[in-house]
Parts: sequence; C-alpha cells; structure tokens
Amino acid sequence: MLLTSIYVMLGLALVLGALLGIAALLFKVEGDPVVARIDAILPQTQCGQCGYPGCKPYATAIANGEADINQCPPGGDAGVHALADLLGVEYKPLNAEHGLPKPKSVAFIDEATCIGCTLCIQACPVDAILGAAKHMHTIIASECTGCELCLAPCPVDCISMVALAETPDNWKWKYPVFPIKALPVDSGKVPS
Amino acid sequence: MNTIIQFASKLIKNLATNTANDIHKFHGGVHPDGHKYESTTRPIAQLPIPQTLTLPLRQHVGYIPKLKVKVGDYVLKGEMLAEAEGTVSAAIHAPTSGTITAIEEAVIPHPSGLPDMCVTLTPDGKDQWKPLTPIDWKNTAHSELISSLRTSGIVGLGGATFPTHIKLRKDRSSAIHTLIINAAECEPYITCDDMLMRERAEEIIQGIAIAQHLLGAAKVVIGIEDNKPEATQAMAGASQSLTNAVVTTVPTLYPSGDARRLIHLLLGVEVPHHKRSTEVGIQVFNVATVLAIYRYFAFGEPSVSRIVTVTGNVTTPQNFEVLLGTPIPLLMAAAGGAKPDTTHFVMGGPMMGFDLPTLNVPVTKAANCIIAASPALFAPPPPAQPCIRCTRCADACPVNLQPQELYWFAKSDNFEKARDYNLFDCIECGCCTYVCPSNIPLVQYYRYAKSEIIALDKAQEAADLARERNDFRLARIEREKLERAQKHAERAASAKNNEAKPELAETEKTTSNPDAVEAKKAAIAAAVERAKALKLAAANIDAAKTGTDLPVQAESTPDNTLPNIAEAKPDATTSATNEAQAKADKQALIAAAIERAKAQKLAAAQTGATPKNTENLSAKVKAEIDEIEAIRTKAQQMIKSKAPD
Repeated sequence: MLLTSIYVMLGLALVLGALLGIAALLFKVEGDPVVARIDAILPQTQCGQCGYPGCKPYATAIANGEADINQCPPGGDAGVHALADLLGVEYKPLNAEHGLPKPKSVAFIDEATCIGCTLCIQACPVDAILGAAKHMHTIIASECTGCELCLAPCPVDCISMVALAETPDNWKWKYPVFPIKALPVDSGKVPS
Repeated sequence: MNTIIQFASKLIKNLATNTANDIHKFHGGVHPDGHKYESTTRPIAQLPIPQTLTLPLRQHVGYIPKLKVKVGDYVLKGEMLAEAEGTVSAAIHAPTSGTITAIEEAVIPHPSGLPDMCVTLTPDGKDQWKPLTPIDWKNTAHSELISSLRTSGIVGLGGATFPTHIKLRKDRSSAIHTLIINAAECEPYITCDDMLMRERAEEIIQGIAIAQHLLGAAKVVIGIEDNKPEATQAMAGASQSLTNAVVTTVPTLYPSGDARRLIHLLLGVEVPHHKRSTEVGIQVFNVATVLAIYRYFAFGEPSVSRIVTVTGNVTTPQNFEVLLGTPIPLLMAAAGGAKPDTTHFVMGGPMMGFDLPTLNVPVTKAANCIIAASPALFAPPPPAQPCIRCTRCADACPVNLQPQELYWFAKSDNFEKARDYNLFDCIECGCCTYVCPSNIPLVQYYRYAKSEIIALDKAQEAADLARERNDFRLARIEREKLERAQKHAERAASAKNNEAKPELAETEKTTSNPDAVEAKKAAIAAAVERAKALKLAAANIDAAKTGTDLPVQAESTPDNTLPNIAEAKPDATTSATNEAQAKADKQALIAAAIERAKAQKLAAAQTGATPKNTENLSAKVKAEIDEIEAIRTKAQQMIKSKAPD
C-alpha cells in the first residue's frame, strides 16, 4: 500500500515535470518584455538627463537593476509612479541630481545668427532639425522633444528653448475648485 | 412564467407607444424651466451694420482656414476671407463690404478666454454683395455641389459647428435612407430655431428638399418639441410640398435635441456608441443649417449671418439676425441692455453653454444664444457636498452612463478607468449636475477628465513618434558605420589587387568609391606634370615638327579619355627611354588628351551632370549603379506624386 502510493506520486511528478518542461519550450518568451514596457512609460525625449544615452538604454538599465526609477525629469512624478507600479517597487521622489521637470518647450533657431554648421543636426536625437551645410537650419517644432541636446554644440548660441504657449487648441478644462469666500462679519452671531 | 412576462412586456410596450404617438422615449432626461416665452413675443429683428466686425478664424470644428486677404484689402459682402484647408474645415466670408483693418489676435468666445487670430473688417456702410451666382442644384453633379458647398462656409448652426459639406458627402459605406431635421431646440431660453420656423418655414422646407436630394434620402422626419405649437403648425403647413416628409412632435424633455436622442425618439433606433448615425443610414441637420443651404443654392449667399437669441436679464429679450463678427455689447444694447444686477453672460444655453470671459467678443457661427445672468435667474450653486451615491444622476443620464462612477474616477485622476466607463460617450448635457442633491458640478469633472485624457493621448502619440524617429536615427548611424567599414575593406582589397593587376584595378577603383576617384585625380595631376616637363624638353629639340603634327593627331583620338590615359601611361614611361622623336609625339598627344579630359570634367561639373563611366565595368559595379538609378527614379516619382498636394 505504501509502495503503491509512492509509485503513484512519483509517476505524477514525472508526468507533470515533463508537461512543464514542454510548456517552457513551447511558450518561450522572446526578448525582454520588461524593457519594452519600461520604455513605453518613458517620455522618449531622448535627452540623456538620466545619465544614459537615450530612453531605451535607461529602460534597459532599470530592467537590469543598474539604474533607479527616479532619474527621468521629463517623465515627472507621474512617470516615477507608473514605473513603481510596473516594477512593484516603492515610489521615490525625483532625484534632483538629474534635473527638475520643466514645462514642455521646443528649440528655436535664431535664423539671423545661424551659420549653417550642421552641429545641431548631428546632435538631435530625433532628426527634428532641417538644414544643410552653410544653409540656414530650422526646427521641425512638431517633432522636437525639447531635449536641449542641440543647445551645447551650437558655436554661435543661436538656439533657445521656447515654452509652448497655451492656445484655444491645447487649452484644458481645469480641475473644479471652489473659491473660499469671506462671509460678511456678523457680530451678533457666534458660530456654534 | 416566461410567456406571462413576455405578454406583460408587450402590453406595456403597446401602451407606451399608443400614449406617446409612436415616440420611442429615451432613458433619463430632465425638465428644466423653459423660459422660452420671453424671447418669442417679438419677431426676428435685423441689427444695423456695426462700426467694426471681428471674425475669428476658429469658428468651426476642424482645421483653421487659410487666410486669403491682407490688411488694407477692400472686400465686398460675401467675398471669401479665408478658405477651407484640410478635409474638416470651413471658409469664412466678409459679412459686409468694407476694408480689412487688422489681422491680429483678439479674445474669442471660447471657455478658455484666450486670444486667437481674428480678421477685423471696417464696413463702408454700402453692404454691397459680390456678384452672386445661384446654383441649379437639380441639374448639377453631386460632387460639384459638394465642392461648391465647401466654399460656402456653412457649418452646423445648432451649436456644434461641424462643416456641412462633409455631412452631405456621398462616399459613405451605407446609403442614407432617413434625413432627420432637428428642430427640437430643447435647451431652455434658446428660441432662435423656433422663431426661424415660425417666420421662414417655406425657405426651410426648400432647404430640406435640397438636403434630401443631396443625400438621396427616401424619408424626411422633422422633429419638433411640443412646446413650439406655432412652429409645428408653420412647418406642417409648408412641408406639404415635400414628398415623404412628416412633422413629428416630441415631448418636451431635455436633451431631446441631441442628435442621437432625437434619432431614438423619432425612429426608435439606438445608434451604437462607437458608430456614427450615417453608418446606420441616418443623417441629422439643424433647421438653421438647411435654411443656410437653401440661401446658398438659391441665391449664392455664403454664410455671413445667423439668428441669435438675446435673453435672460435684459429689458426686451428678442431674436436678432446679425452679421457674424458683430460685437456682443451691440446685441445687448439692441435688446434693451442688461439690467443692473447682471453678473455675467452665458453663450449657449444654461445647461451646456459657457460663461463668456468678457462681453467684448464677436458673434460667431456657434453663437445661438446670449443670456444675461443674474443671481435671481441663476442662483449660484450652494457649496458641493460629498457624493452620497444616490445614483439620481444615473437615472437622469440620457446616455445610460454611470455618472457617479465617472465622477469618482475623474476626481481621483483615474483616467484609464474613466475611459473604460465610456467617459467619451458623455454629451456633457448637464442632466446629472441638474439633479445632483449634493450640488456637485459633475460635468466640470468630466470636462476636466476628458481634456486631460486628450492631452495624455497627444503626449503618447508624440512619444511614439519620437521613439520611432530615434530608432530610425540609431539604425541609420549603424548602417552608415557598416557601409564605411565595408568601403575600407574593399579599398584595402583593391589596393592589393592593384599591385598584382594594375590596369584592371584602376578601372574598378574609379567607379567603386570616391576615394579611388581622388587617387585617380592625383595620378592624373602627376601625369600632367610629367608630361609638361617632357613636352618642354621635346620642344627644345624639335619645335617645328610637333607644332604641325599635333592638332591632326589629337583630333583623331577617341572621346573616352580615361581608359586611354590608363593605357597611355605605361607607354609614356617606357617610351621615354626610346628615341626622342617618337617620345615627343606621344607626350604631346597625351598632354592634349589630358587637357580635353579636364575641359570635359569642368563642363560636366558646371552642368551638374555626373561622369558616366559605363564601359569596362565589373558586374558588381554595374549592379550598384543600377540600384542608385532605381532609387533616384523612385525619389523623382515620389516628388511628382506629392506635387499636386
């Protein structure tokens, strides 16, 4: 009786083990989905403020446990929260060493000063600068991520960052707030 | 048991339809005070031409139209100021004749209170129309009518301001079988459609006939709320001339004027929430819009004016036909002026309208009603209390949403959840806010959540684009690196071959990479120097003979010079050791050939043509050239195909 039960358990263990082994082969996950999921949360400014040469390398570093989740200022607090949720770790406030969140802005080239050196074109991580050698350059505003990587290489300092203005197009309804009003003073009544 | 339930439900259904005269009641809805009487006692009045007209470019849903005028231009009434750009867009016309005095940013009637681009027109008082051409819509092709309508500037005048020409297009998957004319005008205070129907029913019916013709709709249903008996009578009388058209009164219940609610009321059809009504063969037009269509086709008049109700806390509430761009203070003055206790002004109805940031804004195509608000008419809401989950809002919601859930999600910035609960089906009718016993401004929360979600979606789209472009850039850099490495390897290999078989390597090199061409040039330059030196020496020995022989021989040399040089070069060096006469001849020949090659190269560089060494090429090089040529032609085709846009 004892032996029979041992055989049954052994048999079951073998069968289930084989099944698991086959399943592991059949449903093998290609690549590292965690990197892609982290990358999807990152704002893709490719600014390198985190200390890595782009959003994908930073995502890879987070996945490998080399980088912390609070190194991305453009992602802001919401980004850190999303990363903490995804990775199941504690939320941390943004690390000020890597910079502070700024309002969304785009680069602007002063066309009178530009000498057409193409240095900014080579620096732009998303090819958002149009121009050729010895010809004026200009920013494709809709594709500029506001990473500021073009500012440093410019030899004549003709690039500046311009914050996006609020227009009726991008205007948002505000969160309902109720103004606190001072009531007229009534000396006869004392609030209970 | 089942049969009993079925029987009972059938009985109830029959009872319901019998009592409501074939009206299919929608869920929810509220009964706010109508306040329609005040502004219907006087006929529609015309307003005199004001001193200045301000026309915002943003007057409709969709893309901003493209300006066609500049400051100082004189325009006639009805002349186009800005033309529709993109699919969903509408033109803007001069409401009267006059001069364009400014094109600048000014505050527009928008809840944001932000300035936007406006055209300012100073009228000359003549009110002179441009030459108008009526359109024979019965005998003109459909596509022609639609493209003509695109220049008319007509948009939905019920308040949604969706460009009308798009709604009349015929390229839809399912054909329109029913045209619904929305004359419900369910919002309190607004009476512009009511007065329009009372006074201009004939013209409206003509417009309906045009819309019916354009859509090919078999049936027309005109839906009017039962609080407008005069309008119903006028429309019923005028609609006799239409085929297969019925005027149906619907019970007064806000928001029966919403297109989907009206479709449900009149036809009993629930349009699926992710579909448009045209996908189930129904199109809805406002009465004022069909009237504008009629005026455009019958007289050629573009959209330059509209009817505006001025009511609320004013002395004489009335409807006015005003030119677009008229300053609203003038409108208020025409209605006897706002009473002293007026606190603010509302554009649109009290349920769905918004507070004007300032009264100094112009009338736009969306402005159906201006209400002067006072504490007596619109008591400021008592402070909001916590939600008690009574779900009265859910009972009132005409779209069958769960407003209390949406409120929780919006309040806690839980946007994904709000989206899951179909926040975007909310029509912002305000029924939930109206019934809320805790006085919570629910619609404000939904508007906040909606605009946050839209902004987040836009940011996500931008991030995806940035990721794609960054990936492409990295791939490009990698590819260029590889190509460079390959070239270096090739050059190293060809240099090795060069030592073994110099002549073959030479031809390979010239065409395979630019560095080889540079090397070749240097070789040519060196050859030229050597040739010159030899020539000088030869000239010293026998000047006369070379002088007469050279031109004839140079003339006879073939055009293809580069291989010649390659062949001639070893000859030149060997012949230098031979007798002086033969040497001098040959050197002079080479020098002349080099001069010609240089001239040719210069000419080619000036015309921009690239040298084509298409002979003596290896198969690999030829394949490369073919590939480049293919890319070049493809690029040219792409440029050509993009040019018409």
